Amino acid sequence: MNVVHSFTPAGLREFLVPKLRAFLPAAALLTADEELRPYECDGLSAYRRVPGLVVMPETVEQVAQTLKLCAHHRVPVVARGAGTGLSGGALPHSEGVLLSLARLNRIMEIDVLNCTATVEPGVRNLAISEAAAPHGLYYAPDPSSQIACSIGGNVAENAGGVHCLKYGLTVHNVLGLKFLTSDGELIRLGGKTLDAPGYDLLALLTGSEGMLGVIVEITVKLLPRPERAQVMLAAFDDLENAGGAVAAIIAAGIIPAGLEMMDRLAIRAAEDFVHAGYPVGAAAILLCELDGTNEEVSDGILRVRELLLEHGATEVRTARDEAERLKMWAGRKAAFPAVGRLAPDYYCMDGTIPRKHLAGVLAQISALSREYGLPVANVFHAGDGNLHPLILYDANKPGDLTRTEELGGKILELCIAAGGTITGEHGVGVEKIDQMCAQFGSAELAQFHAVKRAFDPHGLLNPGKAVPTLARCAEFGRMHVHGGKLAFPGIERF
Amino acid sequence: MNNTDISITLAETVREAAERNKPLAIHGNGTKRFFIGDLGGEPLDVTGHRGIVSYEPTELVVSARAGTPLAEIEARLAEHNQMLAFEPPHFGADATLGGTIACGLSGPRRPYAGAARDHVLGVKMINGCGEILAFGGQVMKNVAGYDLSRLMVGALGTLGVLLEVSLKVLPKPASEITLMFELPADRAIVAMNTWAGRPLPLSAASHSGDTLAIRLSGAAQAVQAAHAKLGGEVVEKGEEFWRELREHRRGFFRDDAPLWRLSVPPAVPPLKLPGKWLIDWGGGQRWIKTQAPAAEIHDAAEQVGGHAAMVGAAEGRGTGPGPAALAPELVPLHRNLKQAFDPHAILNRAMVS
Repeated sequence: MNVVHSFTPAGLREFLVPKLRAFLPAAALLTADEELRPYECDGLSAYRRVPGLVVMPETVEQVAQTLKLCAHHRVPVVARGAGTGLSGGALPHSEGVLLSLARLNRIMEIDVLNCTATVEPGVRNLAISEAAAPHGLYYAPDPSSQIACSIGGNVAENAGGVHCLKYGLTVHNVLGLKFLTSDGELIRLGGKTLDAPGYDLLALLTGSEGMLGVIVEITVKLLPRPERAQVMLAAFDDLENAGGAVAAIIAAGIIPAGLEMMDRLAIRAAEDFVHAGYPVGAAAILLCELDGTNEEVSDGILRVRELLLEHGATEVRTARDEAERLKMWAGRKAAFPAVGRLAPDYYCMDGTIPRKHLAGVLAQISALSREYGLPVANVFHAGDGNLHPLILYDANKPGDLTRTEELGGKILELCIAAGGTITGEHGVGVEKIDQMCAQFGSAELAQFHAVKRAFDPHGLLNPGKAVPTLARCAEFGRMHVHGGKLAFPGIERF
Repeated sequence: MNNTDISITLAETVREAAERNKPLAIHGNGTKRFFIGDLGGEPLDVTGHRGIVSYEPTELVVSARAGTPLAEIEARLAEHNQMLAFEPPHFGADATLGGTIACGLSGPRRPYAGAARDHVLGVKMINGCGEILAFGGQVMKNVAGYDLSRLMVGALGTLGVLLEVSLKVLPKPASEITLMFELPADRAIVAMNTWAGRPLPLSAASHSGDTLAIRLSGAAQAVQAAHAKLGGEVVEKGEEFWRELREHRRGFFRDDAPLWRLSVPPAVPPLKLPGKWLIDWGGGQRWIKTQAPAAEIHDAAEQVGGHAAMVGAAEGRGTGPGPAALAPELVPLHRNLKQAFDPHAILNRAMVS
């Protein structure tokens, strides 16, 4: 927004490195091209940009000093966790600092009686559950990258996972945060209490994609590990029936721990890859996991089985033991790489729709797939309507990526038209920034910018991400005009 | 049931007030006035903006206008065996949805099922410039843009006038029982928190005098099995017990001493303040009737990582858990946010200090 410096990447390094060396060890600074390359993209490799330099602080104080220095000289800062994000949220700024929080990776405390864990942002998602396991506790949100992704990134993106319907997203499982403002001031939000005075900044920071502050400590809620978890697999020869079964389970008052759907292409790909024993002839399969006390699960399994059969399931299997349960999940968990074997590249979408439109939206996606001549496999969180269409393409074929992006954009617009959203859990980043213009009107976007300015008046944190400028939306040609006139006729069109 | 949309009129009123720098005091039916005190300013009545806009049981979502009575929404959900899982207090027969969300109030189920903010999926609102804005939506997962819907929860109307709220709803548990145990406070706190860390269908835990009360919710066999594990004496009319607690109608609330609310880490042992205690939220929310000086109460809460606020003091204005009790480093961010939503500072001005 108001960035005034005009460094080249080399000029930035020459200017900033001596100043950073005053408080950072040499190992915390990466400046050579071969050191910078690994940071040119996150999990969405279609967007790449080499950062001006990479800073890897080891203490919160070093992060604060880095931010103060950058604020003073108006240098943009992009925070990065484990780099597993899927929306280009950690795409670097070539005339800015890429601030890696990977070395802030200590688990500070597991408080067994209060059921909380306090950790630094670089701690891996799964490491929290591993540390809590001896106490019979775990951290519920489980994005599929949980082996690698960091909790700081999870908070920045408000990450989800397969257990969201029952256990919520990251925002429902974070109790406290410490973050640094763009000028390096430490702010503490919440703690181990169930609420905090003032505005709910905890909710606001969660999912803010590194635009409002840099998170340096997180207190999460831990849950008791359920006594029992059991999964069922149901096959359908019709997508509409599968959608109907999902609605019927919910209507019966059952909230499964996980309720996942895969379509024909995804089933075949997963089966070929991990041999999970999936019925390859089916049009769709549902994986339904119930957890809770022994009695709760026994009761639920019988009812769900009946509902599935009533709604046209051609086959229902219940995992007999833990090994079989893990095998059933293996196919779902490996679905992305499995689909990845079908084509040189794939592009993962993340729209969410009201469940009732599942069958309709899937039919429209399939029509678009034929129109563009690009296969689409569908793997998704059916319980909460979160779709992950995977578009198969070949980046080496001229024009393929452009057509893929166009098809992706159309799929997101379908989700908006069905009353849903362009992103359920991956974030906007750089990837979906144009679709934000379709999701929101100019007044809402202007309100987002006002919130951004309230935290970061000079626009230094992760500039250009998450919220498009009104000018960009005007170019995108989807400017929403309310009542025949612009909401802020006097606003600067930056 | 009457169903009226007056959003355009409300937005015009706010726009006009903004132009003239005229403060507005947003109100519903005033059931929580004791909680937030006198707002000052020209009254802006939202009760005319009412009605359930959409409710689809299989989507687990209800959307209603801010002036809709909470009781009307709960009755509609009950027809489909569903509920607002944050179990909001009403504090009066005609409590509205808007007031409930603006105050961010949650009942006994809060530690186990989440707070009001955890169930908000989207809002329509009017900002301080009189613009109608929509954030979030009606789907469970939505990370497009900043989470401004949840920011409105508990903001006491200082950032906008709520027009419509979409909430996640949940099935009512098939079965519930309430159990009582004779235990002093220190042992009750340990028990509640130990049980919360085990796979038990716990849905409420409260202590007063020498009695710990807990509620178990879920499939009938699951509730019975947990009862067999824990023991305790079954309370007849358990539902009424939790309702009385939630609505501050227990004998505890009925004396003249000032009422304070302390929010502390749930497992913190009993605090050494003189007065009568009532513990809710599995230890996380503690009420005390005390004549102790304010500074002493604030200190006691802060020492254990919590915070305290006086609620509906006998004489005049009480302070809710609003901006009054803020840590100093949070003040500039709050001021900037207020400015971002309400640049003329016309909305519920008295709540912003």
